[in-house]
Formats: sequence, C-alpha cells, structure tokens
Amino acid sequence: MPVKGRIVVDDVFCKGCELCASVCPQKVIQMAPERITAKGYHPAELFKDGCTGCAVCAVICPEAAITVYREAPRARVAAEA
Amino acid sequence: MATLQANEQVVYQRPRALTEVNTHYCPGCTHGVAHRLVAEVLDEMGLQDRTVGVACVGCSVFAYNYFDIDWVQAPHGRAPAVATGVKRSLPHDSIVFTYQGDGDLASIGTAEIIHAAARGENITVIYINNANYGMTGGQMAPTTLPGQKTTSSQTGRDVELQGYPIRAAELLANLDGASYVVRRSLHDPKNIRMAKKAIQTAFETQVRGLGFSLVELLSICPTNWGMTPVESLGWLNDHMIPYYPIGDFKVISALQKETCASKAEG
Repeated sequence: MPVKGRIVVDDVFCKGCELCASVCPQKVIQMAPERITAKGYHPAELFKDGCTGCAVCAVICPEAAITVYREAPRARVAAEA
Repeated sequence: MATLQANEQVVYQRPRALTEVNTHYCPGCTHGVAHRLVAEVLDEMGLQDRTVGVACVGCSVFAYNYFDIDWVQAPHGRAPAVATGVKRSLPHDSIVFTYQGDGDLASIGTAEIIHAAARGENITVIYINNANYGMTGGQMAPTTLPGQKTTSSQTGRDVELQGYPIRAAELLANLDGASYVVRRSLHDPKNIRMAKKAIQTAFETQVRGLGFSLVELLSICPTNWGMTPVESLGWLNDHMIPYYPIGDFKVISALQKETCASKAEG
C-alpha cells in the first residue's frame, strides 16, 4: 500500500501561484476554485486522495505555506508509543 | 493550523528563521524560495541567534521583515562593504551574509563585490539573478540576456549597443580571495535541493573561517517577464541556463576535502 500523506496550506501565505500543483507527482493539488484568501488569491488545496507526503510541493513553495504530514511507518509508531 | 494526528509525522514545516509575515513578492517569485532555503540552512546549522543579514536595494530590500534574525540595510550595491564592517567588528560571534539581486550586485555594486571577494572577506553572499531589474519595473539589467525584451530594451537587448551580460560567478571565481563560488538554479525541486546544499556549504565556509563564499541563484520574475510562474520556470530552463551554466566555479581545497570526507562517511 502506498504511503499516505496530506498537506495543509496556510491561506495567510498562499498566493495561488500554482507552482506546487505543477510539480506534484500525484497531481492531487489544485487552486481552490470557490475559495479566495484575504489577499484575493485562490489558495492551493488537496482535491483528491493520493498524496504520499513526498513534500515536493513544499520544496518549490515560495511562501513556505505548506506543511506536509506523512503517516509514520507502523514500526516507528509502535516504538514511539 | 492543523494538528498532528497520532500516527503522523511532520515531513516539512515552515522554518523557524522566517517570521510569520506575508511577503510582498509577486505570486511565484523565487525570492521566496531563496528566503526559505536560507532560513532552513540557518535552522539546521543553529545559526539563527548570531546571524546578521545585510539587505540590498531591490525587491529583496524588505528581507529584514521576513527573517527572524538581525539585519542591516545597506545603500544600493554597498551590502558587501557593510557586511565587511559588521564581520570585522564581530569576527567570531557573528555570521554575516548579504542578500543581493543582480541590479544590486552586478550593476551599481560591482566594485564592492569584487573588492570584498578580492580581500577574501569571511562573508557569505546570496546573489539572486533574475535577468532584469525587478523592483523598478523590469528594465534591462547587466544580466539581461542578448535579445531579451525588457521595458527598456523593447526590441531585445542589442549587444552592439548595450554590451554583453555579466556572468558574475565566473568573474568572481577568478579572484584569489574567493573560496566558494557556485551557481545554482531555482527552477525545479531537484535544483532547489542542490541550491540548498550550496547555501549550506557557503555558510560552512564562513563558520570555518575559510573566506568569501557566494551562491548565485537563477530566479524567475514572472510579472516583469510577462509570464505565469509555471511558464517562467520553463523560460529560465530554456534560456537562462544555456547562458548561465550551473556549476562550481571555485571550491578551495579545504572544502573539497571536507566534501570527500563527508561522502566517505555517509
């Protein structure tokens, strides 16, 4: 089973430049069509399943607006618990 | 802010060395990427408390609002001279870097950067090359490519009239005082990772007291180039990299040994 991840985009910083969507290997990021930020941009969002938490979007994000989470491997969860 | 769920780990989060301030840069501007990389390196090397940045004149003048470190703002082009003063007055306690654009470093500040490099000042320079003057509205800069259209070269840069672009990294690499001079690009994730490594080595050069280090970063300027951010990345790859090749132009032997040793250990 592929690794599961998710991203959280901070609308305060996101300017909807679409660079994250252009590099996402899974193509699961879009600019939210029906939502705008305080600055008037359509922010990035996950729009379907498939994020692996690879963090390539965060590597190219010029605003450091993306926080990336990834499901921990089971062994590590057990070890930490 | 989303909270961490039980079985999750954070893979990436905003670096601590950046303030929680929204930048004034246009959407997609790679100044933001360069800021982030510098902040990540300062975080990872634990240098945030003793770093002093020297801001240039240009779009990145407001860098002092975006990093949670000390800053001095220098007159146009004079960042290396100001950095020299800061570093010489606090040689052991401070890490000093300048953050300069091409209008600042390669145009009005040519003398300062050349002499700072020639003296082998123990400072780090982050040099952003976006092939035009971004802040003032996209006029032709010394780094504008032959044939490139800007607001002040509307039929394209004519090299007979306006001369050839300056390859600042190669120029500075010729000076004996320079220790680490490289060029990297910010147009895709792989190159961004390489750029981060170069910035890390540049700061290491300074921490070890090995002298002048400079990282040139090829950047995009979507608004003034008249393209979308994604198109701009393609334009950078197709047009700028052939003229400004990515590479290491000077790496002193002390740093090379370090690199080999760390490779062997890794």
